[in-house]
Amino acid sequence: MGDHHHGPAKGLSRWLFTTNHKDIGTMYLWFSFAMFILGGTFAMIIRAELFQPGLQLVEPAFFNQMTTLHGLVMVFGAIMPSFVGLANWLIPMMIGAPDMALPRMNNWSFWILPPTFLLLASTLFMEGGAPAAGWTFYAPLSTTYAGPSVTYFIFCIHVLGLSSIMGSINIIATVMNMRAPGMTYMKMPLFVWTWLITAFLLVAVMPVLAGCVTMMLMDVHFGTSFFSAAGGGDPVLFQHVFWFFGHPEVYIIILPAFGVVSQIIPAFSRKPLFGYDSMVYATASIAFLSFIVWAHHMYTVGIPVAGELFFMYATMLIAVPTGVKVFNWVTTMWRGSLSFETPMLFSIGFLVLFTIGGFTGLMLSIAPADFQYHDTYFVVAHFHYVMVAGAVFSMSAAIYFWLPKWCGRMYNETMGKTHFWISFIGFNVTFFPQHFVGLAGMPRRIPDYALQFADFNMISSIGAFVYGLSQILFLYNVIATIVAGKPVSDPKVWDGAEGLEWTIPTPAPYHTFETPPAVR
Amino acid sequence: MCFEAKRLLTRALGPVLMLMSALALGYGPEANQVNMAPGATAVGEQIYDLHMLIFWICTIIGVMVFGVMFYSIIYHRKSKGAVASHFHESTKVEIAWTVVPFLILIGMAVPATSTLLEVYDNDDAELDILVTGYQWKWKYEYIDENGENVTFFSNLRTPQSEILNTEPKGEHYLLEVDEPLVIPVDTKVRFLITANDVIHSWWVPELAVKRDAIPGFINEAWTRVATEGVYRGQCAELCGKDHGFMPIVVNVVSSEEYGEWLGAKQVEAAAIKELMAQTFTLDQLMERGEAVYARACLACHGANGEGGVGNAIAGSVVATGDLGPHLEIGINGVPGTAMQAFGGQLNDVDMAAVITYQRNAFGNNMGDLVQPIDVYNHKKG
Repeated sequence: MGDHHHGPAKGLSRWLFTTNHKDIGTMYLWFSFAMFILGGTFAMIIRAELFQPGLQLVEPAFFNQMTTLHGLVMVFGAIMPSFVGLANWLIPMMIGAPDMALPRMNNWSFWILPPTFLLLASTLFMEGGAPAAGWTFYAPLSTTYAGPSVTYFIFCIHVLGLSSIMGSINIIATVMNMRAPGMTYMKMPLFVWTWLITAFLLVAVMPVLAGCVTMMLMDVHFGTSFFSAAGGGDPVLFQHVFWFFGHPEVYIIILPAFGVVSQIIPAFSRKPLFGYDSMVYATASIAFLSFIVWAHHMYTVGIPVAGELFFMYATMLIAVPTGVKVFNWVTTMWRGSLSFETPMLFSIGFLVLFTIGGFTGLMLSIAPADFQYHDTYFVVAHFHYVMVAGAVFSMSAAIYFWLPKWCGRMYNETMGKTHFWISFIGFNVTFFPQHFVGLAGMPRRIPDYALQFADFNMISSIGAFVYGLSQILFLYNVIATIVAGKPVSDPKVWDGAEGLEWTIPTPAPYHTFETPPAVR
Repeated sequence: MCFEAKRLLTRALGPVLMLMSALALGYGPEANQVNMAPGATAVGEQIYDLHMLIFWICTIIGVMVFGVMFYSIIYHRKSKGAVASHFHESTKVEIAWTVVPFLILIGMAVPATSTLLEVYDNDDAELDILVTGYQWKWKYEYIDENGENVTFFSNLRTPQSEILNTEPKGEHYLLEVDEPLVIPVDTKVRFLITANDVIHSWWVPELAVKRDAIPGFINEAWTRVATEGVYRGQCAELCGKDHGFMPIVVNVVSSEEYGEWLGAKQVEAAAIKELMAQTFTLDQLMERGEAVYARACLACHGANGEGGVGNAIAGSVVATGDLGPHLEIGINGVPGTAMQAFGGQLNDVDMAAVITYQRNAFGNNMGDLVQPIDVYNHKKG
């Protein structure tokens, strides 16, 4: 690389003013981990209260604030920013670009996040407490019947949407304009493909969420009745608008995870991905279907039977492209030469548990059966299999996989494997029994429950504490690696890894691909 | 401490044993139930069968997919000297694993559609009941052709002492109400479901009915229960602070018993009408008012009128000010806040009693008393 280039600035200004995709990626990742710990703390409070029947630790009103903030912080603070961080680090390195297309906007889209979450967390100390209507904040519970903090919450959602939209535009612009010569669309790594599609989803649906919370703001402060039947409005409209955002949001979270796993499984199978083209088409199909299935979250609101049937059939169809993905990953492993380093373990964990989450998803798609599942712990178990075992496991896999490339040091493999096994066991002990209590009739979002649910809830809480504590091991391992891990200098790091990011030196220099690489 | 730990361990291991016995013997008792209840209605059974069908399809697919995966994990290890083959892309295989799942989905969609149509068939009901969700109780109104509707509220009966762990919990902890819904067996009952404030959801698992109660909308659902018995459920949609504390109890009885019960309810309603014309003493009103307060006000305004979700009543401007505004708030609520209009929820006797109680309890000492006729007159304007 040319010697007229300077390295990073010194001190705090490096991080405040940086336009470097690696620095911004790092900040996104650390920030999202901090939010993961915060959201996890809320979850621990929830599980501690549910350890036994009766009210022991918190008031019901505070319990509702915990479930609400847990969901909001995990979705908007932990999972989404973590994948944006990964995209920042990896997309330029994977397509042979020197940086993101819009570096200053990149800086801004990160730096508006920390104050926003500070504001959201501060609502806990306000009179009336934090928002308590659930992360889905259905009106009129979140409007007419909400405390004063709802206004701050609406502001936070607006800023988070702004950040996501800027991040997405940046990713779209980068992928479309900055690919190295020869890097055609159908040569791009799947992680880049899944993020490109995710970015389009985000640009399409974040404004819908913004519209939704703006209507709430009008109802709360300006006397309109968008969501109030008493004034000629419609509380069900809220749910239609929310889920028009909310369902694609689920895929916004999981598609980049698909991308990560599609990079890692071939690497440790030492064998190319079975069907690259069909993976791309399956991702696009899932993204398209995500726009026409939103009302499957609303089977019980009383939509007409024709609508119910449409949404049921459309939802069931998602099983087809999702199945294609799972079959592809398994076939990639078939007759490979497998080894089981930590990233591979987390990817296989993802594959097994995400598939279980997919099965329960298929069960939930069946409208008449959903009358029994809806709003129970069965749903809670389902989406944690998808969100935690899906998104969070794949994120852990990604960190272990690319961290040596980023910092030129190897993590401790034993500790990594221990982290995986404790996570895997803790996760299943937490969430598998929730299928049982849900089917037996325990509604979600309740601070106290009937006696027949007591034992499974206690098991679930024990699992949650184990899973929560195992993340401290993860944090320790990552810090220990960065500070004092065994140095690695092989550009490839992993013998089976493929792609442009493995052609540059390890650790990745501050500036990469200032001259575009040749792509065969 | 050691005892406590041992007890917890026993509690934690219990369900594992229960699960094993449940799997061996079919579906066990209610405690530690691991599967959906087949229920007490024909539709419930259909839904249960559908649920099991899809469960088994998923299980079989899962066994196959995970079987292939674990075969690879065991036999295609690098450490065992496995050499990677480099096959990829096969149009035939890819078409097969797109088409076959699609056909399986059609196999699921057919029974799902017929069950759904059954669930939506609300015609020819023999009895209509209007169910209204309130924060945090249910109101039931039996709709009568002659306009002699029977109406009552159904509140959680579990005492605070059990919830706060100062007393041992009863068998039906959190799933018991002061007045259950009563319906006749083997009769098509149609529920008209709505809400007064926020969205609730009326759910009784064994009746296979779950329908959202939405303010401004009336949703329909129906059931025909095959066997007499007591069926318990809960509100399923987050509706605020006490969402976990608004259970549903349905008492399914023979049609003779139902007739008697309905008759008694109508007599009770007539008695209340008579009471409304009477004049009460302060003591009578205070006694009745205390009970009404516990039922209707305590959740928001606190056991000692100290406030909570709602404002404090002890020493408040309203409860120690003029009677008119106090009655107005009690009867018509405060629009745009959580303070509901209780004029339709409490009869005039109860309203008179609770207003009197609020003005003369918690250190408030107004000395004035409100008679049912005052409430009546205020309502008339």
